[in-house]
Amino acid sequence: MDRPIRVLVAKPGLDGHDRGAKVIARALRDAGMEVIYTGLRQTPEQIVNAAIQEDVDCISMSILSGAHNTLLPKVAELLKAEKVEDILVIGGGVIPDEDIPFLKEKGIAEIFTPGTPTTVTIDYIKENLKRDK
Amino acid sequence: MFEKDKLDKIKENFNAFDSKTVEGLQKRPERKEVFETGSGAVVNRLYTPVDIEDFDYETDLGLPGSFPYTRGVQPNMYRGRFWTMRMYAGFATAEESNKRYKFLIEQGSMGLSVAFDLPTQIGYDSDHALSEGEVGKVGVAIDSLADMEILFDGIPLDKVSTSMTINAPASVLLAMYIAVGEKQGVSADKLRGTIQNDILKEYIARGTYIFPTEASMRLITNIFEYCSKEVPLWNTISISGYHIREAGSTAAQEVGFTLSDGIAYVDAAIKAGLDVDTFAPRLSFFFNAHNDILEEVAKYRAARRLWARIMKERFGAKKAKSMALKFHTQTGGSTLTAQQPENNIVRVAIQTLAAVLGGTQSLHTNSKDEALALPTEDSVRVALRTQQIVAHESGAADTVDPLAGSYYIEAKTKAIEEEAMEYIKKIDEIGGAPRAIDNGYIQQEIMDAAYNYQKDIESGKRVIVGMNKFQIEEEAPKGLLRVDPSVGELQKAKIQALKGKRDNALVTEKLEALRAACQTEVNLMPLILDAVRAYGTLGEICGVMREVFGEYQQSVQL
Amino acid sequence: MVLEERLLQGEKRAAARLISMAENHDTEAIDILKRLYKKTGNAHVVGITGPPGAGKSTLTDKLVKALRREGKTVGVIAVDPTSPFTGGSILGDRVRMNELSTDPGVFIRSMGTRGHLGGLSKATAAAVKILDIYGVDYIFIETVGVGQSEVDIARNADTTLMVMVPGLGDDIQAIKAGIMEIGDVFAVNKADRDGAKRTATEIEMMLDFNKTDWRPPVQKVIAVDNKGIDELLDHIRTHMNHLKDTGKLQKRRTENSKIEIIDLIQQNLMEMILDKSSKEEKVNQLAEEVALRNCDPYSAAESILDRIK
Repeated sequence: MDRPIRVLVAKPGLDGHDRGAKVIARALRDAGMEVIYTGLRQTPEQIVNAAIQEDVDCISMSILSGAHNTLLPKVAELLKAEKVEDILVIGGGVIPDEDIPFLKEKGIAEIFTPGTPTTVTIDYIKENLKRDK
Repeated sequence: MFEKDKLDKIKENFNAFDSKTVEGLQKRPERKEVFETGSGAVVNRLYTPVDIEDFDYETDLGLPGSFPYTRGVQPNMYRGRFWTMRMYAGFATAEESNKRYKFLIEQGSMGLSVAFDLPTQIGYDSDHALSEGEVGKVGVAIDSLADMEILFDGIPLDKVSTSMTINAPASVLLAMYIAVGEKQGVSADKLRGTIQNDILKEYIARGTYIFPTEASMRLITNIFEYCSKEVPLWNTISISGYHIREAGSTAAQEVGFTLSDGIAYVDAAIKAGLDVDTFAPRLSFFFNAHNDILEEVAKYRAARRLWARIMKERFGAKKAKSMALKFHTQTGGSTLTAQQPENNIVRVAIQTLAAVLGGTQSLHTNSKDEALALPTEDSVRVALRTQQIVAHESGAADTVDPLAGSYYIEAKTKAIEEEAMEYIKKIDEIGGAPRAIDNGYIQQEIMDAAYNYQKDIESGKRVIVGMNKFQIEEEAPKGLLRVDPSVGELQKAKIQALKGKRDNALVTEKLEALRAACQTEVNLMPLILDAVRAYGTLGEICGVMREVFGEYQQSVQL
Repeated sequence: MVLEERLLQGEKRAAARLISMAENHDTEAIDILKRLYKKTGNAHVVGITGPPGAGKSTLTDKLVKALRREGKTVGVIAVDPTSPFTGGSILGDRVRMNELSTDPGVFIRSMGTRGHLGGLSKATAAAVKILDIYGVDYIFIETVGVGQSEVDIARNADTTLMVMVPGLGDDIQAIKAGIMEIGDVFAVNKADRDGAKRTATEIEMMLDFNKTDWRPPVQKVIAVDNKGIDELLDHIRTHMNHLKDTGKLQKRRTENSKIEIIDLIQQNLMEMILDKSSKEEKVNQLAEEVALRNCDPYSAAESILDRIK
């Protein structure tokens, strides 16, 4: 059965620059996905609870504040604690290359750095879902 | 400006030229079907007097330093002194940032510009749960007057002018600055500087809001009133288009939305009983500088002319200083690429030139590595040198408004003014900027522009050198600035120690006095200052106000 | 079976997954709902609708918080339109309800209308049942009222709350025409704005034509300031008591069930027909012929129906 992919787009942390999150939300929508947009200042707990209630296929987080090494792994940890293993978790924003291996090790599947075309992110989500479509 | 028969002749010649050129395009097509500015406005092949037919020198331009200030706010502009080279800086602890400020002053920086970390900007102490991972990251962590004393240690406040990028808790940080002055023996009437204090653009684009609109507007007008009496040299607000542009707006939207915000502040202050000429001279603005240099120059000129007319005609301002739009500029952060970061130096140089040719009063230049992290000392030096090169070597600063009279520049200035005015009218119809933010109109207009821009980049219609064209294989950049993750723990310990040695009963007393005052109509500045002097923390002071005023709910339109 | 048990134990993930399955027309979800249908009917289902920008999400957020202070549990189903061109959607109602995300007594689900024939009512009706079985005391269904959706909402709700705001100008006239019959309670939000009194009066005047024994109350609220919320909640509950006391609850639910059954017949029939006519190919083929004027649409429809007779 063909169903739309559901993606939670969230901004963890305190930074308010949501241009990237909004652009990716629109691009995912235009690619036929259902985007649950949760806005600014999301705690890892809020993100994980929303993802569970919304039964999303993917959590996409945008963060520009530099708190990525603290907040992104926390989301992955909470998912694990809730025994949710079939949600694809990705991130984007101002994240130095040298932090990416650490984030991947913590369970973030991919990090998209500034200048990544939205089509790359869209294709990545489509090809890496952890659940049957 | 032009005689009619001469204009007719030009028209005739131009039409002949145009049809001949179009004919030639059959064989040699132009690079693009349609040429567009950085903001997507159509650019013609050639501009002539025909494009500025109705142009009137006296009413449209006049002289620099007089109405409508199109050519600049001072008669001789940079021949007197250069713009203030003001480098936005701050990270980690007050101690670290203090070192960076001293370095910048040594390097020839003329004013300080303080970047605060996000918890400070949102009114949380470093030990708050939401501060986790954020302390000291995008700016310096300030929890109390004790941190502020360290931040300005050895920097005499009567000698520097200090700009503080602080909005929702602007009153608290200004109070801390005043209190540091007191300790240094510098009275408040000698303090010079600016607080950003522009909450509306936080709701629109930047996101570091705390309180709902009404309470926020009250805090802002309280500051206007307090400063007009006690801190007369202080710029009480920096009405910011910078972040609106960063969020993806066009140049005309940047002007239209920013001036609409400005109108809302003036309205609020007048409604609070202030006379327009008492506070308007201390209003200042803050714009972006992007790569389309000619469009940007036109933008600054249009903004000045439009604001002068609004202040005079709409608000009946009488003082010249109430009508003169002075502004700070920052080069466009969103124009920097993470790819081939050295190219950013060139972008910043072009943007610097745009700001200078547009008559800015102060300028921050971004560093090449800012698409990746906070800038290192070396890259900050290059950014500052870029300004110094434009100042001393380019000649652009040696005559006033050198691009005036260019057919394109004047036509573009008029076009931006008109488009911005359309936005202002539309926002007036909605009921003013706060209402247009609440219903998401402004955010949606910006988002539409941002999304179009993104699509143009991805389709290759818009070329970004090194990003979607002329790419190379690159190694990950090395030597980026990293904030020591222990800063959070350090700040927590400082708060603990502070709470152990200050007079806690006094703090409680001052906080309760503030709480009571919040529920009345009195000016809150003196009460905030009292709480700051008693070493109440930023989080405690904002916490009291949060309890009384509640918190702003973001309006999202996608 | 596992999913079913997990739902009965009140597990959020199970409820969430079942709603997805129902949205995706998964027959297993329908089977589960068949088995558990007896366990529904306990929650008070409140539809919340009104024009864009009326502040429905903020109002929902405050109503939920008021109920939570009383210890009641709440489910929220927030419906937003799906783009007819791309099939995608941005569901942004959670932005106004972020604080509720981590509350164990609240379950919020965003749904796209997905543009299927009657898709909204079918998937929403299933989601309501699932949350009812999951065990919440109240279920709010929130959607923008433009055309059909508020009627769909009324069919799923015990109480329909219409949210209006001052300053809508002529829009209000158009909206009014269709809503007066379905609104059980009216809220005039942003009541601190100019024209709030007039909007309330206009609604009252329209309601004067209502001759039934329930006169819908009109409550002024300022959702962002949490003003008028408790009063509004009282009206919603009074309406429920009225339904119960007068026996109208059973009547209303019977009517709604009838509509649901007919809807389901229509949908199932349609699926059956399309399935028998080798999915949609036959329809597409005939459509082409009709467009070329080789065949008329009446005969085309008859020829498809003939196949299943």
